[in-house]
Amino acid sequence: MIEVCKLIKLFGAKKVLRGMDFHAQEGEFVALLGPNGAGKSTFLRILASLSRPTAGEVRVAGYKLPGQAAAVRARLGVVTHQPLLYGDLTAEENLRFYGRMYGIGDLNTRTDEVLELIGLAPRRRDLVRTFSRGMQQRLAIGRAILHDPDVMLFDEPHTGLDQDACDMLDNVLREVAARGRTVVMTSHDLARVEDLATRFDVLSRGVITASTGRNELRGNLLDFYREALAI
Amino acid sequence: MDHRPQTQKQKPPSTVHRPSSATGFARAVFAITWKDLAAELRSRELLSAMLVFALLVIIIFNFAIELEPKLRPVITPGVLWVTFVFAGTLGLNRSMAIEKDRGCLDGLLLAPVDRSAIFFGKMIGNLIFMFVVEMIILPVYSVLYNLNLFIPGLLLVILLGSVGYVAVGTLLSSMAVQTRTRDMLLPILLFPVIVPVLLAAVKASGGFLQGLELTEIIPWLNLLAVYDVIFLAVAYMVFDYVVEE
Repeated sequence: MIEVCKLIKLFGAKKVLRGMDFHAQEGEFVALLGPNGAGKSTFLRILASLSRPTAGEVRVAGYKLPGQAAAVRARLGVVTHQPLLYGDLTAEENLRFYGRMYGIGDLNTRTDEVLELIGLAPRRRDLVRTFSRGMQQRLAIGRAILHDPDVMLFDEPHTGLDQDACDMLDNVLREVAARGRTVVMTSHDLARVEDLATRFDVLSRGVITASTGRNELRGNLLDFYREALAI
Repeated sequence: MDHRPQTQKQKPPSTVHRPSSATGFARAVFAITWKDLAAELRSRELLSAMLVFALLVIIIFNFAIELEPKLRPVITPGVLWVTFVFAGTLGLNRSMAIEKDRGCLDGLLLAPVDRSAIFFGKMIGNLIFMFVVEMIILPVYSVLYNLNLFIPGLLLVILLGSVGYVAVGTLLSSMAVQTRTRDMLLPILLFPVIVPVLLAAVKASGGFLQGLELTEIIPWLNLLAVYDVIFLAVAYMVFDYVVEE
Protein backbone atom coordinates (compact mmCIF):
# COMPACT_ATOMS: atom_id res chain seq x y z
CA MET A 1 0.00 0.00 0.00
CA ILE A 2 2.92 2.37 0.78
CA GLU A 3 6.32 1.83 -0.84
CA VAL A 4 9.17 4.23 -0.26
CA CYS A 5 12.61 3.61 -1.69
CA LYS A 6 15.80 5.63 -1.07
CA LEU A 7 13.85 8.75 -0.15
CA ILE A 8 15.93 11.90 0.26
CA LYS A 9 14.61 15.29 1.38
CA LEU A 10 16.76 18.38 1.58
CA PHE A 11 15.82 21.74 3.08
CA GLY A 12 18.53 23.95 1.62
CA ALA A 13 21.77 22.25 2.60
CA LYS A 14 20.16 20.33 5.46
CA LYS A 15 19.48 16.67 4.73
CA VAL A 16 16.36 15.65 6.68
CA LEU A 17 15.73 12.25 5.07
CA ARG A 18 18.82 10.34 3.95
CA GLY A 19 17.82 7.52 1.64
CA MET A 20 14.91 6.24 3.73
CA ASP A 21 13.18 2.93 2.85
CA PHE A 22 9.70 2.22 4.16
CA HIS A 23 6.91 -0.24 3.35
CA ALA A 24 3.41 -0.65 4.74
CA GLN A 25 1.03 -3.37 3.64
CA GLU A 26 -2.73 -3.09 3.35
CA GLY A 27 -4.37 -3.09 6.79
CA GLU A 28 -1.16 -2.50 8.73
CA PHE A 29 -1.04 0.04 11.56
CA VAL A 30 2.54 1.32 11.62
CA ALA A 31 3.80 3.48 14.48
CA LEU A 32 6.66 5.66 13.31
CA LEU A 33 8.77 6.53 16.33
CA GLY A 34 11.76 8.79 16.66
CA PRO A 35 13.19 11.80 18.46
CA ASN A 36 12.35 15.40 17.56
CA GLY A 37 13.97 16.40 14.28
CA ALA A 38 14.28 12.83 13.03
CA GLY A 39 12.17 13.65 9.96
CA LYS A 40 8.86 11.99 10.92
CA SER A 41 6.62 14.94 10.06
CA THR A 42 8.59 15.66 6.88
CA PHE A 43 8.10 12.04 5.84
CA LEU A 44 4.34 12.20 6.45
CA ARG A 45 4.12 15.50 4.53
CA ILE A 46 5.80 13.83 1.55
CA LEU A 47 3.37 10.88 1.74
CA ALA A 48 0.52 13.40 1.90
CA SER A 49 1.84 15.18 -1.23
CA LEU A 50 2.28 18.41 0.74
CA SER A 51 6.03 18.36 0.16
CA ARG A 52 8.09 17.18 -2.81
CA PRO A 53 10.78 14.56 -2.33
CA THR A 54 14.26 15.69 -3.39
CA ALA A 55 15.08 12.18 -4.65
CA GLY A 56 13.82 8.64 -4.31
CA GLU A 57 10.63 6.80 -5.16
CA VAL A 58 7.34 7.11 -3.29
CA ARG A 59 4.19 5.13 -4.09
CA VAL A 60 0.95 5.30 -2.15
CA ALA A 61 -1.99 3.00 -3.02
CA GLY A 62 -0.17 2.17 -6.26
CA TYR A 63 0.18 5.79 -7.37
CA LYS A 64 3.52 7.54 -7.73
CA LEU A 65 4.35 10.81 -6.01
CA PRO A 66 4.55 13.62 -6.91
CA GLY A 67 3.33 12.78 -10.45
CA GLN A 68 -0.04 11.27 -9.46
CA ALA A 69 -0.62 13.40 -6.37
CA ALA A 70 -4.34 14.01 -6.97
CA ALA A 71 -5.03 10.26 -7.18
CA VAL A 72 -3.06 9.72 -3.97
CA ARG A 73 -4.91 12.51 -2.17
CA ALA A 74 -8.28 10.94 -3.05
CA ARG A 75 -7.22 7.80 -1.17
CA LEU A 76 -5.56 9.49 1.77
CA GLY A 77 -6.80 10.84 5.10
CA VAL A 78 -4.47 13.03 7.16
CA VAL A 79 -4.68 14.08 10.81
CA THR A 80 -2.03 16.36 12.29
CA HIS A 81 -1.71 18.06 15.67
CA GLN A 82 -3.48 21.01 14.02
CA PRO A 83 -7.14 20.18 13.36
CA LEU A 84 -7.34 21.82 9.87
CA LEU A 85 -10.84 23.02 10.78
CA TYR A 86 -12.55 26.40 10.52
CA GLY A 87 -13.49 27.82 13.92
CA ASP A 88 -16.25 30.02 12.51
CA LEU A 89 -18.08 27.08 10.90
CA THR A 90 -20.10 24.46 12.78
CA ALA A 91 -18.94 20.84 13.00
CA GLU A 92 -21.47 19.88 10.34
CA GLU A 93 -20.50 22.77 8.05
CA ASN A 94 -16.82 21.82 8.31
CA LEU A 95 -17.57 18.24 7.29
CA ARG A 96 -19.88 19.33 4.50
CA PHE A 97 -17.23 21.75 3.20
CA TYR A 98 -14.56 19.06 3.08
CA GLY A 99 -17.13 16.62 1.66
CA ARG A 100 -17.69 18.98 -1.28
CA MET A 101 -13.93 19.34 -1.76
CA TYR A 102 -13.67 15.54 -2.01
CA GLY A 103 -16.75 15.25 -4.23
CA ILE A 104 -18.64 12.95 -1.88
CA GLY A 105 -21.96 11.87 -3.38
CA ASP A 106 -24.57 11.47 -0.62
CA LEU A 107 -23.10 14.10 1.65
CA ASN A 108 -26.00 14.29 4.12
CA THR A 109 -25.89 10.57 4.89
CA ARG A 110 -22.10 10.46 5.07
CA THR A 111 -21.91 13.50 7.35
CA ASP A 112 -24.47 11.90 9.70
CA GLU A 113 -22.51 8.61 9.73
CA VAL A 114 -19.22 10.30 10.53
CA LEU A 115 -20.67 12.55 13.24
CA GLU A 116 -22.19 9.46 14.91
CA LEU A 117 -18.90 7.56 14.63
CA ILE A 118 -16.86 10.30 16.31
CA GLY A 119 -19.55 10.98 18.91
CA LEU A 120 -20.20 14.59 17.94
CA ALA A 121 -23.73 14.25 16.53
CA PRO A 122 -25.28 16.17 19.49
CA ARG A 123 -22.85 19.08 18.89
CA ARG A 124 -23.18 19.15 15.10
CA ARG A 125 -24.58 22.71 14.98
CA ASP A 126 -22.05 24.22 17.39
CA LEU A 127 -19.19 26.39 16.14
CA VAL A 128 -15.87 24.56 16.16
CA ARG A 129 -14.20 27.40 18.06
CA THR A 130 -16.38 26.50 21.07
CA PHE A 131 -15.06 22.90 21.05
CA SER A 132 -12.43 21.56 23.44
CA ARG A 133 -9.10 20.44 21.98
CA GLY A 134 -10.19 16.80 22.27
CA MET A 135 -13.46 17.42 20.44
CA GLN A 136 -11.62 19.31 17.70
CA GLN A 137 -9.24 16.38 17.29
CA ARG A 138 -12.15 13.93 17.02
CA LEU A 139 -13.73 16.17 14.39
CA ALA A 140 -10.36 16.29 12.61
CA ILE A 141 -10.46 12.49 12.41
CA GLY A 142 -14.01 12.75 11.11
CA ARG A 143 -12.78 15.14 8.42
CA ALA A 144 -9.99 12.74 7.50
CA ILE A 145 -12.22 9.62 7.19
CA LEU A 146 -15.11 11.42 5.49
CA HIS A 147 -14.12 10.24 2.01
CA ASP A 148 -13.41 6.69 3.25
CA PRO A 149 -9.67 6.70 2.47
CA ASP A 150 -7.58 3.56 2.08
CA VAL A 151 -4.57 5.09 3.86
CA MET A 152 -4.56 7.21 7.02
CA LEU A 153 -1.65 9.34 8.23
CA PHE A 154 -1.61 10.59 11.83
CA ASP A 155 1.07 13.08 12.84
CA GLU A 156 1.24 13.13 16.65
CA PRO A 157 -2.55 13.19 17.08
CA HIS A 158 -2.34 13.02 20.90
CA THR A 159 -0.44 16.32 21.19
CA GLY A 160 -2.12 18.71 23.62
CA LEU A 161 -4.87 16.29 24.68
CA ASP A 162 -5.71 15.40 28.28
CA GLN A 163 -5.98 11.79 29.49
CA ASP A 164 -9.70 11.39 28.80
CA ALA A 165 -9.42 12.98 25.37
CA CYS A 166 -6.47 10.66 24.54
CA ASP A 167 -8.51 7.60 25.57
CA MET A 168 -11.43 8.73 23.47
CA LEU A 169 -9.10 9.43 20.53
CA ASP A 170 -7.61 5.93 20.88
CA ASN A 171 -11.08 4.40 20.63
CA VAL A 172 -11.70 6.32 17.42
CA LEU A 173 -8.26 5.25 16.11
CA ARG A 174 -9.12 1.60 16.81
CA GLU A 175 -12.40 2.03 14.91
CA VAL A 176 -10.49 3.57 12.00
CA ALA A 177 -7.95 0.71 11.94
CA ALA A 178 -10.62 -1.98 12.40
CA ARG A 179 -12.04 -1.09 8.99
CA GLY A 180 -8.90 -2.46 7.33
CA ARG A 181 -7.26 0.87 6.51
CA THR A 182 -3.51 1.20 6.32
CA VAL A 183 -2.43 3.56 9.09
CA VAL A 184 0.88 5.32 9.67
CA MET A 185 1.10 7.27 12.92
CA THR A 186 3.96 9.26 14.39
CA SER A 187 4.03 9.62 18.15
CA HIS A 188 6.24 10.18 21.18
CA ASP A 189 3.78 8.35 23.44
CA LEU A 190 5.16 4.81 23.40
CA ALA A 191 2.62 3.46 25.91
CA ARG A 192 -0.28 4.47 23.69
CA VAL A 193 1.12 3.30 20.36
CA GLU A 194 2.12 -0.05 21.89
CA ASP A 195 -1.58 -0.87 22.25
CA LEU A 196 -2.63 0.54 18.90
CA ALA A 197 0.00 -0.35 16.28
CA THR A 198 0.75 -3.69 14.64
CA ARG A 199 4.28 -2.63 13.67
CA PHE A 200 6.86 -0.24 15.07
CA ASP A 201 9.47 1.54 12.95
CA VAL A 202 12.11 3.82 14.44
CA LEU A 203 13.25 6.77 12.35
CA SER A 204 16.52 8.30 13.42
CA ARG A 205 18.71 10.80 11.56
CA GLY A 206 16.68 10.39 8.38
CA VAL A 207 16.62 6.60 8.03
CA ILE A 208 14.65 3.69 9.54
CA THR A 209 17.06 2.11 12.01
CA ALA A 210 14.79 -0.67 13.33
CA SER A 211 11.44 -2.29 12.59
CA THR A 212 9.46 -4.96 14.41
CA GLY A 213 5.95 -6.38 14.49
CA ARG A 214 3.99 -6.27 17.75
CA ASN A 215 4.03 -10.08 17.98
CA GLU A 216 7.78 -10.18 17.41
CA LEU A 217 8.54 -7.52 20.00
CA ARG A 218 10.85 -8.92 22.69
CA GLY A 219 10.55 -7.08 26.00
CA ASN A 220 8.81 -3.74 26.02
CA LEU A 221 8.62 -1.08 23.35
CA LEU A 222 10.74 1.39 25.32
CA ASP A 223 13.73 -0.99 25.33
CA PHE A 224 13.31 -1.65 21.61
CA TYR A 225 13.14 2.10 20.96
CA ARG A 226 16.26 2.85 23.01
CA GLU A 227 18.21 0.09 21.27
CA ALA A 228 17.12 1.40 17.88
CA LEU A 229 18.28 4.92 18.70
CA ALA A 230 21.65 3.58 19.82
CA ILE A 231 22.29 2.02 16.39
CA MET B 1 14.01 -10.10 8.17
CA ASP B 2 10.49 -8.89 7.48
CA HIS B 3 8.48 -8.42 10.63
CA ARG B 4 5.37 -7.16 8.96
CA PRO B 5 2.22 -8.97 10.10
CA GLN B 6 -0.39 -10.09 7.61
CA THR B 7 -3.57 -8.10 7.23
CA GLN B 8 -6.25 -9.56 9.43
CA LYS B 9 -9.25 -7.46 8.56
CA GLN B 10 -10.37 -6.43 5.12
CA LYS B 11 -11.77 -3.01 4.48
CA PRO B 12 -15.40 -3.13 3.37
CA PRO B 13 -16.11 -1.83 -0.13
CA SER B 14 -16.18 1.95 -0.28
CA THR B 15 -19.61 3.54 -0.53
CA VAL B 16 -18.18 6.97 -1.18
CA HIS B 17 -18.27 8.52 -4.60
CA ARG B 18 -14.87 9.62 -5.97
CA PRO B 19 -14.81 13.04 -7.60
CA SER B 20 -14.53 13.44 -11.34
CA SER B 21 -12.15 16.15 -12.52
CA ALA B 22 -14.79 17.70 -14.83
CA THR B 23 -17.18 18.76 -12.07
CA GLY B 24 -14.71 18.60 -9.19
CA PHE B 25 -13.01 21.86 -10.11
CA ALA B 26 -16.19 23.97 -10.17
CA ARG B 27 -17.50 22.26 -7.03
CA ALA B 28 -14.26 22.99 -5.14
CA VAL B 29 -14.25 26.65 -6.27
CA PHE B 30 -17.85 27.06 -5.11
CA ALA B 31 -17.17 25.24 -1.81
CA ILE B 32 -14.22 27.48 -0.93
CA THR B 33 -16.08 30.67 -1.81
CA TRP B 34 -19.12 29.53 0.20
CA LYS B 35 -16.90 28.63 3.15
CA ASP B 36 -15.21 32.06 3.13
CA LEU B 37 -18.53 33.88 2.94
CA ALA B 38 -20.14 31.75 5.67
CA ALA B 39 -17.16 32.19 8.02
CA GLU B 40 -17.04 35.94 7.37
CA LEU B 41 -20.78 36.30 7.97
CA ARG B 42 -20.19 34.96 11.48
CA SER B 43 -16.90 36.62 12.40
CA ARG B 44 -17.11 39.87 10.37
CA GLU B 45 -13.37 40.27 11.02
CA LEU B 46 -12.26 40.88 7.50
CA LEU B 47 -15.03 43.09 6.12
CA SER B 48 -15.22 45.30 9.19
CA ALA B 49 -11.45 45.91 9.12
CA MET B 50 -11.49 46.72 5.41
CA LEU B 51 -14.53 48.94 5.70
CA VAL B 52 -13.40 50.94 8.73
CA PHE B 53 -9.99 51.48 7.14
CA ALA B 54 -11.51 52.60 3.81
CA LEU B 55 -13.92 54.99 5.53
CA LEU B 56 -11.10 56.49 7.59
CA VAL B 57 -8.99 57.04 4.49
CA ILE B 58 -11.66 58.95 2.58
CA ILE B 59 -12.61 60.98 5.67
CA ILE B 60 -8.95 61.92 6.22
CA PHE B 61 -8.65 62.90 2.56
CA ASN B 62 -11.82 64.96 2.97
CA PHE B 63 -10.25 66.94 5.83
CA ALA B 64 -6.79 67.09 4.28
CA ILE B 65 -7.73 68.32 0.81
CA GLU B 66 -10.07 71.28 0.36
CA LEU B 67 -11.24 70.57 -3.16
CA GLU B 68 -12.69 73.08 -5.58
CA PRO B 69 -15.75 71.52 -7.27
CA LYS B 70 -14.03 71.63 -10.66
CA LEU B 71 -10.98 69.78 -9.29
CA ARG B 72 -12.97 66.91 -7.77
CA PRO B 73 -13.27 64.78 -10.94
CA VAL B 74 -9.49 65.09 -11.38
CA ILE B 75 -8.49 64.12 -7.82
CA THR B 76 -11.24 61.58 -7.09
CA PRO B 77 -9.84 58.63 -9.14
CA GLY B 78 -6.54 58.74 -7.24
CA VAL B 79 -8.23 59.01 -3.83
CA LEU B 80 -10.69 56.22 -4.65
CA TRP B 81 -8.12 53.74 -5.93
CA VAL B 82 -5.64 54.42 -3.13
CA THR B 83 -8.50 53.70 -0.71
CA PHE B 84 -9.52 50.48 -2.51
CA VAL B 85 -5.95 49.22 -2.80
CA PHE B 86 -4.98 49.83 0.85
CA ALA B 87 -8.24 48.41 2.19
CA GLY B 88 -7.93 45.45 -0.20
CA THR B 89 -4.44 44.66 1.07
CA LEU B 90 -5.81 44.30 4.60
CA GLY B 91 -8.44 41.84 3.34
CA LEU B 92 -6.01 39.83 1.21
CA ASN B 93 -3.60 39.40 4.11
CA ARG B 94 -6.33 38.33 6.52
CA SER B 95 -8.03 35.99 4.05
CA MET B 96 -4.89 33.87 3.62
CA ALA B 97 -3.78 34.20 7.25
CA ILE B 98 -7.03 32.50 8.34
CA GLU B 99 -6.06 29.50 6.21
CA LYS B 100 -2.47 29.39 7.40
CA ASP B 101 -2.84 30.01 11.13
CA ARG B 102 -4.98 26.95 11.85
CA GLY B 103 -3.27 24.80 9.24
CA CYS B 104 -6.38 24.90 7.05
CA LEU B 105 -4.29 25.61 3.95
CA ASP B 106 -2.93 22.07 4.31
CA GLY B 107 -6.54 20.85 4.56
CA LEU B 108 -7.30 22.54 1.23
CA LEU B 109 -4.09 21.26 -0.39
CA LEU B 110 -4.97 17.70 0.65
CA ALA B 111 -8.19 17.73 -1.39
CA PRO B 112 -8.01 15.73 -4.64
CA VAL B 113 -8.72 18.69 -6.89
CA ASP B 114 -6.61 20.82 -9.19
CA ARG B 115 -4.95 23.27 -6.80
CA SER B 116 -5.80 26.22 -8.98
CA ALA B 117 -9.39 25.63 -7.78
CA ILE B 118 -8.17 26.83 -4.37
CA PHE B 119 -6.85 30.00 -6.01
CA PHE B 120 -10.10 30.72 -7.84
CA GLY B 121 -12.22 29.93 -4.76
CA LYS B 122 -10.18 32.29 -2.59
CA MET B 123 -10.05 34.91 -5.34
CA ILE B 124 -13.82 34.99 -5.85
CA GLY B 125 -14.32 35.30 -2.08
CA ASN B 126 -11.82 38.17 -1.91
CA LEU B 127 -13.46 39.82 -4.90
CA ILE B 128 -16.89 39.69 -3.24
CA PHE B 129 -15.45 41.31 -0.09
CA MET B 130 -13.78 43.97 -2.24
CA PHE B 131 -17.05 44.71 -4.08
CA VAL B 132 -18.94 45.00 -0.79
CA VAL B 133 -16.44 47.57 0.48
CA GLU B 134 -16.51 49.45 -2.84
CA MET B 135 -20.30 49.53 -2.93
CA ILE B 136 -20.36 51.08 0.55
CA ILE B 137 -17.50 53.51 -0.10
CA LEU B 138 -18.94 54.89 -3.35
CA PRO B 139 -22.13 56.44 -1.87
CA VAL B 140 -20.24 57.72 1.19
CA TYR B 141 -17.67 59.37 -1.08
CA SER B 142 -20.46 60.78 -3.28
CA VAL B 143 -22.06 62.43 -0.23
CA LEU B 144 -18.78 63.73 1.25
CA TYR B 145 -17.52 65.25 -2.02
CA ASN B 146 -20.89 65.95 -3.63
CA LEU B 147 -19.90 64.04 -6.75
CA ASN B 148 -21.95 61.43 -8.62
CA LEU B 149 -19.88 58.22 -8.84
CA PHE B 150 -22.67 55.97 -10.11
CA ILE B 151 -21.66 56.21 -13.75
CA PRO B 152 -21.90 52.86 -15.63
CA GLY B 153 -18.46 53.37 -17.22
CA LEU B 154 -16.85 54.03 -13.83
CA LEU B 155 -18.51 50.93 -12.37
CA LEU B 156 -17.05 48.90 -15.27
CA VAL B 157 -13.58 50.29 -14.47
CA ILE B 158 -14.00 49.36 -10.80
CA LEU B 159 -15.06 45.85 -11.84
CA LEU B 160 -12.08 45.33 -14.17
CA GLY B 161 -9.59 46.99 -11.82
CA SER B 162 -10.77 44.96 -8.84
CA VAL B 163 -10.50 41.66 -10.75
CA GLY B 164 -6.90 42.42 -11.74
CA TYR B 165 -5.94 43.64 -8.28
CA VAL B 166 -7.53 40.71 -6.45
CA ALA B 167 -6.10 38.14 -8.90
CA VAL B 168 -2.54 39.33 -8.32
CA GLY B 169 -3.20 39.96 -4.63
CA THR B 170 -4.56 36.47 -3.97
CA LEU B 171 -1.59 34.88 -5.71
CA LEU B 172 0.98 37.00 -3.88
CA SER B 173 -0.76 36.68 -0.51
CA SER B 174 -0.53 32.90 -0.82
CA MET B 175 3.23 33.37 -1.24
CA ALA B 176 3.60 35.97 1.52
CA VAL B 177 1.58 33.96 4.03
CA GLN B 178 4.32 31.30 4.09
CA THR B 179 6.72 33.82 5.64
CA ARG B 180 6.92 35.29 9.14
CA THR B 181 6.84 38.86 7.79
CA ARG B 182 3.69 38.34 5.73
CA ASP B 183 1.98 41.59 6.83
CA MET B 184 4.92 43.67 5.58
CA LEU B 185 5.82 41.46 2.65
CA LEU B 186 2.48 41.51 0.83
CA PRO B 187 2.40 45.28 0.10
CA ILE B 188 6.08 45.22 -0.87
CA LEU B 189 5.44 42.42 -3.37
CA LEU B 190 2.03 43.58 -4.50
CA PHE B 191 2.30 47.32 -5.11
CA PRO B 192 5.03 47.22 -7.80
CA VAL B 193 3.16 44.48 -9.69
CA ILE B 194 -0.17 46.31 -9.68
CA VAL B 195 1.25 49.58 -11.05
CA PRO B 196 -0.17 48.87 -14.55
CA VAL B 197 -3.66 48.06 -13.24
CA LEU B 198 -3.62 51.03 -10.87
CA LEU B 199 -2.45 53.41 -13.60
CA ALA B 200 -5.04 52.16 -16.09
CA ALA B 201 -7.82 52.20 -13.47
CA VAL B 202 -7.03 55.77 -12.36
CA LYS B 203 -6.78 57.05 -15.94
CA ALA B 204 -9.99 55.30 -17.06
CA SER B 205 -11.89 56.40 -13.92
CA GLY B 206 -10.70 59.98 -14.48
CA GLY B 207 -11.81 59.80 -18.10
CA PHE B 208 -15.37 58.85 -17.15
CA LEU B 209 -15.57 61.41 -14.32
CA GLN B 210 -14.25 64.24 -16.53
CA GLY B 211 -16.56 63.23 -19.39
CA LEU B 212 -13.78 62.50 -21.91
CA GLU B 213 -14.50 60.86 -25.27
CA LEU B 214 -14.80 57.08 -25.14
CA THR B 215 -11.99 56.73 -27.68
CA GLU B 216 -9.60 58.29 -25.13
CA ILE B 217 -10.70 55.89 -22.40
CA ILE B 218 -10.83 52.62 -24.35
CA PRO B 219 -7.03 52.04 -24.45
CA TRP B 220 -7.00 52.10 -20.63
CA LEU B 221 -9.97 49.72 -20.49
CA ASN B 222 -8.15 47.41 -22.91
CA LEU B 223 -5.05 47.51 -20.70
CA LEU B 224 -7.17 46.58 -17.68
CA ALA B 225 -8.83 43.70 -19.53
CA VAL B 226 -5.50 42.37 -20.85
CA TYR B 227 -3.92 42.63 -17.41
CA ASP B 228 -6.85 40.68 -15.91
CA VAL B 229 -6.57 37.90 -18.47
CA ILE B 230 -2.77 37.64 -18.16
CA PHE B 231 -2.76 37.47 -14.38
CA LEU B 232 -5.67 35.04 -14.16
CA ALA B 233 -3.78 32.78 -16.59
CA VAL B 234 -0.47 33.17 -14.72
CA ALA B 235 -2.13 32.40 -11.38
CA TYR B 236 -3.85 29.33 -12.88
CA MET B 237 -0.48 28.03 -14.08
CA VAL B 238 1.75 28.81 -11.10
CA PHE B 239 -0.48 28.50 -8.01
CA ASP B 240 0.40 24.82 -7.52
CA TYR B 241 4.12 25.69 -7.30
CA VAL B 242 3.52 28.75 -5.12
CA VAL B 243 1.78 26.79 -2.37
CA GLU B 244 3.96 23.69 -2.49
CA GLU B 245 6.69 23.27 0.12
